[in-house]
Amino acid sequence: MARVVVDVMLKPEILDPQGQAVQRALPRLGFEGISDVRQGKRFELEVDGPVDEAALARIRDLAESFLANTVIEDFTVKVEEGAEVAEAAK
Amino acid sequence: MTARIGVVTFPGSLDDRDTQRAIRLAGADPVALWHKDKDLKQVDAVVLPGGFSYGDYLRAGAISRFSPVMDTVIEQAKAGLPVLGICNGFQVLTEAHLLPGAMLGNDHLHFICRDQKLRVENAETAWTGDYRQGQEIHIPLKNMDGRYVADPYTLDKLEAEGRVVFRYLDMNPNGSLNDIAGVTNEAGNVVGLMPHPEHAVEPLIGSGRTDGLPFFTSILKKLVNA
Amino acid sequence: MSRTPLDTVEHAAATPDVELPWAELGLKKDEYERVVEILGRRPTGAELAMYSVMWSEHCSYKSSKVHLRQFGEKAPESDALLVGIGENAGVVDVGQGYAVTFKVESHNHPSYVEPYQGAATGVGGIVRDIIAMGARPVAVVDPLRFGAADHPDTKRVLPGVVAGIGGYGNCLGLPNIGGEVVFDACYQGNPLVNAGAIGVMRHEDIHLAKASGAGNQVILYGARTGGDGIGGASILASETFDDAKPSKRPAVQVGDPFQEKLLIECTLEAFREKLVVGIQDLGAAGLSCATSELASNGSGGMRVTLDDVPLRDSTLSPEEILMSESQERMCAVVEPAKVERFLEICAKWDVIATVIGEVTDGDRLEIFWHGGKIVDVDPRTVAHDGPVYERPYARPSWQDELQADDANKLPRPATSEELREQVLKLVASPNQASKKWITQQYDHFVQGNTVLAQPEDSGMIRVDEESGLGVAIATDGNGRYTKLDPYTGAQLALAEAYRNVATTGAKPLAVSDCLNFGSPEDPAVMWQFAEAVRGLADGCLQLGTPVTGGNVSLYNQTGEAAIHPTPVVAVLGVIDDVARRTPVAFQEEGQLLYLLGDTREEFGGSAWSQVIHDHLGGMPPVVDLERERLLAEILISASRDGMIDSAHDLSDGGLIQAVVESALLGGKGARLVVPDGLDAFTFLLSESAGRALVAVPRSEELRFNDMCGARGLPVTRIGVVDGDSVEIQGEFTLSLADLREAHENTIPSLLA
Repeated sequence: MARVVVDVMLKPEILDPQGQAVQRALPRLGFEGISDVRQGKRFELEVDGPVDEAALARIRDLAESFLANTVIEDFTVKVEEGAEVAEAAK
Repeated sequence: MTARIGVVTFPGSLDDRDTQRAIRLAGADPVALWHKDKDLKQVDAVVLPGGFSYGDYLRAGAISRFSPVMDTVIEQAKAGLPVLGICNGFQVLTEAHLLPGAMLGNDHLHFICRDQKLRVENAETAWTGDYRQGQEIHIPLKNMDGRYVADPYTLDKLEAEGRVVFRYLDMNPNGSLNDIAGVTNEAGNVVGLMPHPEHAVEPLIGSGRTDGLPFFTSILKKLVNA
Repeated sequence: MSRTPLDTVEHAAATPDVELPWAELGLKKDEYERVVEILGRRPTGAELAMYSVMWSEHCSYKSSKVHLRQFGEKAPESDALLVGIGENAGVVDVGQGYAVTFKVESHNHPSYVEPYQGAATGVGGIVRDIIAMGARPVAVVDPLRFGAADHPDTKRVLPGVVAGIGGYGNCLGLPNIGGEVVFDACYQGNPLVNAGAIGVMRHEDIHLAKASGAGNQVILYGARTGGDGIGGASILASETFDDAKPSKRPAVQVGDPFQEKLLIECTLEAFREKLVVGIQDLGAAGLSCATSELASNGSGGMRVTLDDVPLRDSTLSPEEILMSESQERMCAVVEPAKVERFLEICAKWDVIATVIGEVTDGDRLEIFWHGGKIVDVDPRTVAHDGPVYERPYARPSWQDELQADDANKLPRPATSEELREQVLKLVASPNQASKKWITQQYDHFVQGNTVLAQPEDSGMIRVDEESGLGVAIATDGNGRYTKLDPYTGAQLALAEAYRNVATTGAKPLAVSDCLNFGSPEDPAVMWQFAEAVRGLADGCLQLGTPVTGGNVSLYNQTGEAAIHPTPVVAVLGVIDDVARRTPVAFQEEGQLLYLLGDTREEFGGSAWSQVIHDHLGGMPPVVDLERERLLAEILISASRDGMIDSAHDLSDGGLIQAVVESALLGGKGARLVVPDGLDAFTFLLSESAGRALVAVPRSEELRFNDMCGARGLPVTRIGVVDGDSVEIQGEFTLSLADLREAHENTIPSLLA
């Protein structure tokens, strides 16, 4: 089993009030030097079988038609290598 | 004779019964439609009601948009079936690309419930014929994700073609671009808006005004006279 | 890793000397010994989990029970009560075949830890109580109390609580029609998040939490069970029974309002088809509570297979499953022939439903895990026969001093100008200011039956579209009054809620309460509790409004400092036709303003003493419940016969607060004259109880005066609705614009 990660972010030109709220809170918490915060969504898909080009193409379709609304959002799809190893090391 | 107007219930729809009541008060026959059912029961028009279908998880309207009933609604709307999307229904219509643009979280990050002043910008759609162009009305608004956005090209096109149907007056309650409260498609049969006309149909209940009733009498007249 | 053997009943009997962590689970030594005595052996881990959680203060009311009995003993004769104390919620007959169930509960501690989820799950829990009675929930109300409005932690807690109530209730489709928001430094470490709900059903639809009929199936439906809110049970799981388990389970339960909405619809559909014999919601103590209560209220026993419970986390131990407080779950008892249809309805709504057991002939509750019997108890001993404490109580030594510190002796404004400034300061103070910034985050309109919502005196919901039958609810409490005199303070809370219902034109019928106090182990707190309960029970008897149920929240204190004793009282009323309801807002210029009731110099615990002098002392206003009853009758008659167009109850902040609210809501000002025999200060700011402000159309003046005169209610004409300012003749004038700015900007500027 492998994990494919789809990250969905608001397009740069779309106002992100949640990200702005986080950013406004930073100085209060003593974090300086962060000029912008944008908040997005991360989907972790556990895929049965090999993650080949065909599987990735299906996932890109899924992301484009469902996980993201491309009127307002962009997305990226990437395969997370050794997901289980990474988790165990935490 | 009268008209049969369907009201779709998605899991998490909240204003479906209220919308049926509004249709009844306007003199038409409300018909309950179920999201798992492709069959529209030969209704003459469809309302997608407000609520939090699927909890607004993923994005408001995003999951409902893929329900079986929507396959038929999309197909028939493109062929001219009158469709009204209220609040969550509007969100479903944008997710289904029957209406342009998209809905995002309110700019102030809070749910907002208030009696909202609107201006009717287009009294020629299937759902607004009983209003006067430029009429100012009060309709309750209640939402978390009511910020209408579209790219500049789409906005210009909507404005140029008179497809902004309602505009917020006095205050913009959610940060919608151009104060847009509702839009229509090119043909004028599909209308979506964030405020809730079904909560403004009886003098004692809800907002205490009946400014929302013309939505339902408009469509009834149109269907009966057709 | 090595697994210790499953702690079955057999194993427990064979290993009497195994030490169990009863103290860590909150049991006292004598309580644990009683469990051993009841069972005739040491309990299994699972049994210990059940007893410890069911015998907790929260579930067993062990400190409060001896006092709460008065609500039954002193219950007034009432034809209206269909289901009384002891069920999930009381049920009241409102006529035309309709019954209404309502209840208020606290979710104080969880809301301080995690404001959003604490408040959200508070709404979820009370709504499931309402469904479990067979009713469709129709509205929620939220009495809230926070620390000082300008304290930084209030800015963390309040917006989270409000967003949680809104996020859950709005998504559920329940109009939020009432409640309160009060600020006081005494709640700084213990905010009070009380949640109330109302449900409507036909008489024949009333359902009860009992499992009867051997062979009937026990169905768990709703969300999967996870490790939410387990707390103590993890000790059993990780330290005693299996060291390899994750040792930390989340103490915060997370709510899923979407799941709850499906649960409502699917449960109501099952009720409609008469598929349900008995039903119980899963709240505090989860399955432990649901199985033991269903079994002990029914005729038979119950056998449950825990392996069949759908899990969100497969590592959960049986003890954890029994104690889990995962939200949005219900338990139904269904006849075997109807199980298939019940499961179909659940599938239609995408709700997971699983048969986990059945009702048996015997009288034991038996629970199995991996084939072994891990619980074998008499369910009554778990659910009903918990410990009962006669906690010592004593009037605190400081009470006399507090009452002697008379607020009537505080310096009063010396000039009209000073009075004007104090009035402006009062209407802008956080407690008296508009709460619109909060209430506009709640949906008032959904379901299309809301006739009145806050800031009206009571929330009102239409029940029947044809006849216009409606119900009204108001919640009130005043911790300051109650601190000064707990007996009187509790009665004042009752009187205010009663009055608020009548002010809108509805007839008060029944009472629910949420009693928020400090630690019962402090004799002073226990005295406050005993006095408040006595006052409330006596008051309900006198007003003829039975207590139908309620909730007690103790241990609301930080270190040695307890909150003000805060009984919150909810009164439910009925109105034959909602078209006759009376709103707060002034309707028409020229209408005459009348003050009903007697105004005395009463400033103890008043808003004025708090805002102007930061003072709490003296005695609270005098209560006269016969007068309250007369006032209510007048308000209801006047509403029914169209003699008044607006009305507002007088309470904290006094007359001027009521006038300002009615004026701002109606967008119309008022001209007032100070009546003979009263000074302007007392006239405007006294908090004497049993009073209301009404606006009478000139055409009704004679009739209204005659009615009040005939029935002996003091009535004083004090002015007229007029203009765009509030003018006190000979004293001062404040424009509506200035008043609006003062009244409406406070809360957003502190919290937004």
